[in-house]
Amino acid sequence: MSNAAPKLHSMDGGAKSARELMDSPDFKALVKKRWTVSFSLLTALFVSYYGYILLLGTNKEWVSQKVSDAPDAVTTVAIPLGIAVILVAWVLTALYVVWANKSYDPEVQRLKGQLKQH
Amino acid sequence: MPPTTAPAAAAEAMTSSLGSPTVPSVAFFFLIVLITLAITYWAARKTKTSSEYYAAGRSVSALQNGFALAGDYMSAASFLGISGMVALKGYDGMIYATGWLVGWPALMFLVAEPLRNLGKFTFADVVAFRLQQKPVRIAAAIGGITTVLFYTIAQMVGSGSLIQLMFGLKYEYAEIIVGVVMLAYVLFGGMLATTWVQIIKAVLLLIGVSFLTVLTLSKFGFNPVNLYTEVVKQHGPAALQPGGLITSPLEAVSLGLALMFGLLGLPHILMRFYTVPDAKAARVSVLYATGLIGYFYVIIPIVGFGASVLLRANVVKDGATTALAGRGLITFFDKGGNMAAPLLGELLGGQAFLGFIAAVAFATILAVVAGLTLAGASAYSHDIYVSVIKNGRASEEEQVKAAKIATLVFGAVAVLLGIAFKGQNVAFMVGLAFAIAASANFPALLMSVLWKRFTTWGAVWSIVIGAVSSAGMIILSKTVWVEIFGFEHAIFPMKNPAVFSMAASFAAGIVASLLTAEPEAQEKFEDEKLRTYLGVGAE
Repeated sequence: MSNAAPKLHSMDGGAKSARELMDSPDFKALVKKRWTVSFSLLTALFVSYYGYILLLGTNKEWVSQKVSDAPDAVTTVAIPLGIAVILVAWVLTALYVVWANKSYDPEVQRLKGQLKQH
Repeated sequence: MPPTTAPAAAAEAMTSSLGSPTVPSVAFFFLIVLITLAITYWAARKTKTSSEYYAAGRSVSALQNGFALAGDYMSAASFLGISGMVALKGYDGMIYATGWLVGWPALMFLVAEPLRNLGKFTFADVVAFRLQQKPVRIAAAIGGITTVLFYTIAQMVGSGSLIQLMFGLKYEYAEIIVGVVMLAYVLFGGMLATTWVQIIKAVLLLIGVSFLTVLTLSKFGFNPVNLYTEVVKQHGPAALQPGGLITSPLEAVSLGLALMFGLLGLPHILMRFYTVPDAKAARVSVLYATGLIGYFYVIIPIVGFGASVLLRANVVKDGATTALAGRGLITFFDKGGNMAAPLLGELLGGQAFLGFIAAVAFATILAVVAGLTLAGASAYSHDIYVSVIKNGRASEEEQVKAAKIATLVFGAVAVLLGIAFKGQNVAFMVGLAFAIAASANFPALLMSVLWKRFTTWGAVWSIVIGAVSSAGMIILSKTVWVEIFGFEHAIFPMKNPAVFSMAASFAAGIVASLLTAEPEAQEKFEDEKLRTYLGVGAE
């Protein structure tokens, strides 16, 4: 890195330059955490959605069976499955927002507070 | 499960007024145009600077933006197309509904917040942020404009036929009316007017479809299972099973990739994130949008299934009055099934409700075309004119003037292309728009946010290869090569190329970046981190 400024730790409480803040372990942990959360949720989304369409594409008998054993049952497994994919997508979005509001934003505010005013 | 009784209302046949202008439909139509023009007048007084023109002065709240995003996305294709597809093909329509929703969480996890923090007016701002402005802006603007143009042609052609069907208006007049009213919103009211038109349209559309769903379910004792039983009775068990849409796993994944990541490359959607004050509002607005669109896609199949079993009408066919029902009636009016929801609205809610639904469908088209026009115009005026031709040194006045001229030109081109493509099958253009968005715009955007070693030429090659390969493979596929050009066999065997074209775009971006190291860009990548993650210095 071009800037050789000495590293300060957040415990020091002193104001930091932009470079010092970016090099701080707290900031690096925040960035890492943000992408870990993002990619975990994205994996869950992939599993639910691609799982759903691959199931439809490879096992039509299974998704075409009825949801109950009643003789007059008509609803196929595929119907609640499709609705579930939409619900899961929304729940994953909500999980991200809850995490970001509760955990990411306060940390952003704290780190911004350490930045030197100029 | 209670035994199903044949619905009483369906037994009486109606005579549909679809295709001829009625007093309620014309009244609702004028009411919507008047309200939206009044908003434009109000917005015009608040729209002077370029930030107000392109980004509504960044004053839109998260809830408002949620509705506007939903409005931009719930086009006539989702409303009329999915209900029609469910009515005619059954379960396959639901597969489309799920695919169209799952891009939203991905948009949130990958690009929503960095996009808001790094950009100003367009997604090219983000791609070009730390790279050489000129080549990246030109490539990104071409990717953006191509996407918007194909999407616009599809909307314009769809709208012309739709208005013709609903009001009996001549196709060319319909195109010109859409063009003129839409240009009034965008030219005078900019993003603020466009946003409010989207919000009104989204609210009206959700109210209309909810009401239609409740009316449908009321015929079945408010139990969807009774509706499904009737569907199976009339159309057989296949209506509730996946059919011919997904033929092979590879095809399924390719379509899924295009739908999911296409959203992350649609310029008119990405542009909305600049209208909110900060990254937090951007994030919350995606949650609202996902909820609204998810709700819409959960209830719209009920409308489609309802239309397939409830509709009965007398129509004049070959000079004689015949009674038609269900699928036969829907295809009598439109082979593609687009009239399923309006016909059901007329049957269950009378002519006044049909008028309302027709006016909402019209407002839907106006709003989506307005959003697209603003996105297309900004790609030219902000990315090419201001950043490349004027080297970023243009006064506020010059910027707004350039934006308005670009808007006017784009609007006129949209009308002309709409007329030129009259009667064409436009499904492939929506496919093309999504495939190019997913293959040209999205990989460059993602790599510029995530990958330190990404370079100017990496961005340019990723966009060019993504655009050319996706467009090329679609032209060589059955939809264009056989159905439009009339060749006997398709050269590219699949319907959707996204799985290959996205891979090619990422590969091109990675290889070109590794071959052309750009230390300056790497340094800036570190420098921009405070802005990307903390929003320090974001506009």
